[in-house]
Amino acid sequence: MKSLAELEEIRKNTLDQIKMRKNKDGIRIVVGMATCGIAAGARPVMNALVEEIGKRKLRDVSVTMTGCIGVCRLEPIVEVYNADGSKVTYVKMTPEKAARVVAEHIVNGRVCQDLTIGAAEAAEKAKAADN
Amino acid sequence: MREIALHILDIMQNSVAAGSSRIDTVLTAEYETGTLTVTVEDDGCGMDKEMLEKVADPFTTSRTTRKVGLGIPLLKASCERSGGNFHISSEKGSGTTVTAVFGIDHIDRPVLGDLAGVVADMSAAFPSMDITLKLVCGTKQFLYSSSQTERILGEVPISEPAVVKWLKDYINEGINEIFGGVLSEITG
Repeated sequence: MKSLAELEEIRKNTLDQIKMRKNKDGIRIVVGMATCGIAAGARPVMNALVEEIGKRKLRDVSVTMTGCIGVCRLEPIVEVYNADGSKVTYVKMTPEKAARVVAEHIVNGRVCQDLTIGAAEAAEKAKAADN
Repeated sequence: MREIALHILDIMQNSVAAGSSRIDTVLTAEYETGTLTVTVEDDGCGMDKEMLEKVADPFTTSRTTRKVGLGIPLLKASCERSGGNFHISSEKGSGTTVTAVFGIDHIDRPVLGDLAGVVADMSAAFPSMDITLKLVCGTKQFLYSSSQTERILGEVPISEPAVVKWLKDYINEGINEIFGGVLSEITG
């Protein structure tokens, strides 16, 4: 059985790392977690992001959640706020795509253009024109 | 929603939107009635009688981006499908309580799902709120409070990955301890 004393242990172990990180600007990842996002599978996507970031031992990257982003038909939506303040919006996410975003965008700084809201909307427009 | 945990997450997001400083979630399993009762209580802005009356209507929402809100209607349908019922009470300015009752052994009851993950992630995402979880079955109880955890952590944020992982394991142990063998999907 776990005891709260173990938390004290974690506190001691992480304190130094936190002090080192304080001055650095990090990347913030936000997952849409309202009814639309949850129903579309935002939880597994968020879990995949956290797992991938943990696996790669990435520091200065936080994953958090927000309410409805407003484009429910494209959920699950993941927004990446880069350290310079710019934002990339990824749509129709899956756990597999989330792992790719961490590898290509978060680690290597290359935006996954084909997963962005811009690409999704361009594809929709092209489809509408065909009809 | 495929899991009770996802419904709870959804209702908790309403509490966040209502500006709550605490969200208390209680799950009570009762042998006598064969029911699992979930209550989510917050101290947010609440709502007036008029809003309360139509809140289970999918064409009611407080959001401004669209005209439909499905969180509460989906939960209500889920309860009723499993032989349970749904109730919501609220007072303008003092908070809201959502009560969802499921038939434990009904074939249409959603599984509990990743409740530990939901509670740990909500604690990490909203560190200024006190997020509590209470599990009750007979005389057995499990209690979790995010603000108590934060007191132990001191200057270490609750969103620290090592902390979140520990919280998930800790709460999962509580779930297995209290609901193992009671909810068929939890073997304990």
